[in-house]
Amino acid sequence: MSHLRSVPDSRPPSKEEARRVGKASIAELERWATVHRLACVRMLAVAKSGHLDSSLSAADIVSALYNRVLRHDPEDPSWHERDRFVLCKGHAAPIQYAALAHHGYFPNEDLQGLRKIGAPLQGHPDMNKTAGVEVSTGSLGQGLSMCVGIALALRLDGLENTAHIFGVMSDGDCQEGQTWEAATAAVHFGLTNVTAIVDYNHLQTDGTTEQVMDIGDVRAKFEAFGWDSIEIDGHDMEAIVEALERSRTLDRPAAIVCQTKKGRGVSFMEGRFGFHGKPPSPEQAIEALNELEARLEEQTKALQGAST
Amino acid sequence: MAGKSEPGATRNAFGAALVELGEEHEDVVALDADLSVSTQSAKFGAAFPDRFFNVGAAEANMMSMACGLAATGKRPYASTFAIFATGRAYDQIRLGIAHNELPVKICASHGGVSLGEDGASHQMIEDIALMRVMPNMTVVVPADYNQAYRATLDSYESDEPQYLRFGRPATPVVYEDVPETLGTGVDVLREGKDISLFATGHMVWRALEAAEALESEDGVEAEVVNVSIIKPIHSESVLESLAKTGVAVTAEEHRIVGGLADAVRHVAAEQHPVPIFAVGMGDEFGISGTGEACMEHFGLTARGIADRAREALLLKPIVSHPPLFGPDWN
Repeated sequence: MSHLRSVPDSRPPSKEEARRVGKASIAELERWATVHRLACVRMLAVAKSGHLDSSLSAADIVSALYNRVLRHDPEDPSWHERDRFVLCKGHAAPIQYAALAHHGYFPNEDLQGLRKIGAPLQGHPDMNKTAGVEVSTGSLGQGLSMCVGIALALRLDGLENTAHIFGVMSDGDCQEGQTWEAATAAVHFGLTNVTAIVDYNHLQTDGTTEQVMDIGDVRAKFEAFGWDSIEIDGHDMEAIVEALERSRTLDRPAAIVCQTKKGRGVSFMEGRFGFHGKPPSPEQAIEALNELEARLEEQTKALQGAST
Repeated sequence: MAGKSEPGATRNAFGAALVELGEEHEDVVALDADLSVSTQSAKFGAAFPDRFFNVGAAEANMMSMACGLAATGKRPYASTFAIFATGRAYDQIRLGIAHNELPVKICASHGGVSLGEDGASHQMIEDIALMRVMPNMTVVVPADYNQAYRATLDSYESDEPQYLRFGRPATPVVYEDVPETLGTGVDVLREGKDISLFATGHMVWRALEAAEALESEDGVEAEVVNVSIIKPIHSESVLESLAKTGVAVTAEEHRIVGGLADAVRHVAAEQHPVPIFAVGMGDEFGISGTGEACMEHFGLTARGIADRAREALLLKPIVSHPPLFGPDWN
């Protein structure tokens, strides 16, 4: 059933130098996740607005995608054969911006302009204002349908076996009915190049998902819709990478339900209700940065130790 | 390209023109939501099965899919009934299509009350308003088969999102053949000096009939103007007619609020305030009946237009004078 195709090289074929560098290791991906988390905290502290905890819960998934799995070319963002990343949970824009800036889609300085008037980084991803954003998102439930449309277009172009679409969804996406219209359509149209990654962090604006509107066993739901559906720990980098790479080899659309903690990586926020859409205060930002910087130092040392 | 010299439904023109577009352009794809026989997109589906996506009864999904297809280089034509296209999928059109400025053409059939028997749940009389108010969206309402054919062909040339409204019933010929162009979208079909009749869609041929009646019964020379592009409305053309006649009636198979009446009045209020009366739907929903019975019931007829024109003409000499109750009164 699974592993029907080999996993394509994650680098554009023309980038010989990038190919020599090779794939990022699990430890490196974990370290990049910390780097992206730090960028999120800094961005939000400056913006004084945005969704920090929602960004942090998806940081490991986004790190795995941008730093290893995605076939993309920052020097040519419109390279037609690229994989597509769709942030269905558009409110987690900071984590995508952190990854895009890291890869040079735009200068790091732009991160300071998040949510500021006239700046390119909008509150939710905007395809016409930010390089590397495939489609504008921010209204929950629409992202998976957009992924289906992109997949059909790529199939018409004969790219279904190379170009893959990865959509990162939230609990809220799974509450929107449209998601299940898209889930039905993906199977009906026989798509093989769509992976839906659910950042199932169990917290939403008004409380826990269990209190507000329990979406239950999301993995079983996708399976019932005909998807290849697995559940993993969304902070276990090895499991994330394995699941993502496996998903692009399947003959069916793939769902990866990631059990995550909102605010992951910042102790006072992790798994706690009350931070959705709230920027950190200056004190909270310093506390978060201290914790993340300490982790980064550990991870950097460990990597240096391993390489000597 | 095949024009029609006998009555035809605008939705049939869409279906035929879409096949022509498909033959000429590889990147044209079509989507429908289980109404492809009614909207006529089924013709495209039969000709190009690989490029046709029937999504079933899932209009929101259809519009967001169209966004994804357009963002990946395709030219999607998404069709369904006007009620579902604009009412159910408003947010999907707004964020995914209009905000992104993607070249998606929303081809809505069964606009207005003339679809008849299905009644209020299906008779969409707010779609023009909803699409007019949306940033980046162009709103096109062709008057007959031949103009609908042109509107469909021309839509491909635009890189912007468009809303095209088609109707269910066969409509009398307004244009003898498929016109070369939509022009400014404000087209004088009959010249006159006494009153302007601005009409759109199924009301255009009725306005022409109303003008005949006004001439033969009242000796009034009415100018008939077909407004096929309601947004952005070509204000110079509207003002040119208003400047000549000094009074007008608008006619549409749609709510007066937010539709053609508002578009024309907006131009006039800012630049040339004259009395403009409206024929259209008031603050009410449609009802079941044959299409013609529904049009009759709501006064969406040639007689309805002519009657409004007679009322407007009564006001013309009064308002062309200084205000009756102005500061100099007594």
